[in-house]
Amino acid sequence: MPDPVLSLSDLDARYGDFQALYGVTAHVEPGEVVAMIGANGAGKTTLMRSIAGLIRNAPEAIRWKGQAIGRLRADQVAALGIALVPEGRLLFPSLSVEENLVIGGQLKRPGPWNLSRVYDLFPILQERRNQQSTSLSGGQQQMVAIGRALMSNPELILMDEISLGLAPVIIKQIYEALPGIVGQGMSAIIVEQDIAKALSVSARVYCLQEGRISLEGRSDSVSRDAISRAYFGM
Amino acid sequence: MEWVNAVLQGTLLGGLYALFAAGLSLIFGVMRLVNIAHGDLIVLAAYLGLTIAVGLGIHPLLALAIVVPVMAALGYALQRGILNRTMGDDILPPLLVTFGLSVIIQNALLMGFSADPQKLQAGDLETASLTAGGLTIGVLPFLMFATSVAVIGGLQWMFYHTALGRAFRATSDRQDVAQLMGLNRAHVFGLAMALSLAVTGIAGVFLGIRTSFDPSIGGSRLIFGFEAVIIGGLGNLWGTLAGGVIIGIAQAVGGQIHPSLQLLAGHIVFLVILAVRPRGLFPKMEG
Repeated sequence: MPDPVLSLSDLDARYGDFQALYGVTAHVEPGEVVAMIGANGAGKTTLMRSIAGLIRNAPEAIRWKGQAIGRLRADQVAALGIALVPEGRLLFPSLSVEENLVIGGQLKRPGPWNLSRVYDLFPILQERRNQQSTSLSGGQQQMVAIGRALMSNPELILMDEISLGLAPVIIKQIYEALPGIVGQGMSAIIVEQDIAKALSVSARVYCLQEGRISLEGRSDSVSRDAISRAYFGM
Repeated sequence: MEWVNAVLQGTLLGGLYALFAAGLSLIFGVMRLVNIAHGDLIVLAAYLGLTIAVGLGIHPLLALAIVVPVMAALGYALQRGILNRTMGDDILPPLLVTFGLSVIIQNALLMGFSADPQKLQAGDLETASLTAGGLTIGVLPFLMFATSVAVIGGLQWMFYHTALGRAFRATSDRQDVAQLMGLNRAHVFGLAMALSLAVTGIAGVFLGIRTSFDPSIGGSRLIFGFEAVIIGGLGNLWGTLAGGVIIGIAQAVGGQIHPSLQLLAGHIVFLVILAVRPRGLFPKMEG
C-alpha cells in the first residue's frame, strides 16, 4: 500500500461549542477517490471544513504527506494543494463567472488546469464568462464552483454535496465529467447523499454516523445491509 | 450668477469631502469596518505633512511623496497589529477600538504639537485663480477636486480590473471562501487599510493647505466623510464622490442664503436624503 496523501487520526472537531466529530480516523491514497456518506448532521461537512482549514483542529489530527496541518489556516492549506468545493457552491456574487475561476487559480500552483481546460470541461461557462455568477442556473453555478477549485491545480479535491438541489439530468452531466477530473492522479473525497452515485465513482467508502466513522470498505464489495446499518445505526 | 458661483464652489469643496470619505467607503466596502478614528487620521496626516514640509523645507504637495507611503504603512500595521483582532461577526469591538484610537491620536497630537492652530503653507497656489465668463475658480479647489476624481477613478479601476481588486471583492463577498482561494484575510484587510490611509494622507495634506487645523478637528471631518458615504450608498465609490459634492453644494448654497446656514444646510440635506432613501442614492451597484 502506498503512503496515504491525507491521513486523519483521532480527529475531534468542534463547531462552536458543539462537538461534531469524535475520533475520526481515515486516509486517502494518491489518486484515490473516496466517498464519504452519512445522514444529514452526521458531520460530513464539518469533516470537509476541518480538512480545508476552515475549522482549526489539533495539528497532528490531520496529516498531509506526513506534515501535521490540523492547525493551519485555510489559505495555507489551499497552498499545499487541497481544494474544497463547498456545500451550497458559495460563489462570489460580485465577481463574474470568469473572475470566479481566475481567483481560484490565484495561488498559481503549476499543473494541467487553467481557464481553457475548465472551459473545455464545461463549455457553457465560456459562453457565460462575463455574466454575474449569481445569474447562472444551479447546475452552471456548480460547474463554476468545481472549476474554481480545479484552477488551483489541487492534489486533493474535496467535493461537498455537489449534486444538492440540482436536476437529475444536470447531476448526471456533472458526474460524467468526474473521471476527466480525477483521472489524472488527483485524489478526491466526495461527500454525497445519493449512495449509489457515491459508490459508483469511488474506490473506497466511509460512512459517518453521529460524528463517528461507522463503516469503511471497498465501494464495489460493501453490502447494502452493512451500509444501512452504518447509516442509520440499526 | 452668485448662485451659479455658489454651486460651482460647493462642487469643488465636495471634492475634498469625497477625499475624506473615500478611505472610509473603501474599508467599509471590503471589511464592513466603520473607522471612528478616520477623521483623526486625516488630521494626523496633516501634521505629518506639516512636519515634513517644515523639516525639509519643501512644498506641502511635494511632502505627499512621503506622507502617502508612511500613512499606508501605518494603515497596514494598524490593521494587522490591532484591528484584525477585533474583526468578527460582532461590529461593536472595532467601533470601540477605533473610538479609543481616535482619543489616543487626538491626545498624542495635543502633546506633540499643542492646541495652536497650524497651517500648511502652499505659497502662491493658495491664492491663484482662473477666471472664465464671470466665474472665478481657485486653482487649489480645482486641484483638490481633480485629485479627488482621479483618486476615486483609480480606486474604482483597481477594484474592477486588478487582482488586488478581485481579492477585495471576493473577501467582501465571502471571507471564509476567499480563504479557500488562498487569500489570507488578515493580509487582504491590511492592504485595504493601507490603501484607505494612503488616500487619507492625500486628504490630510489638502485639508492642511485649505484651512488651519488643530488636534481636535478630526470629528467634524469624520461627520462630513460619513455623510458623503451614506448619501452615496455604502461601499459605492462614485456614489461617495456624488455624496461629497451634494454636501459641498448644500453648504455653499446654504452659506449664500445666510452665512450661519452653511454647515447646517449640509446636515439638513443629509437628513432629508437619509429619510427618503435610507440606503443612499446609489446603493452598491456593479462597476
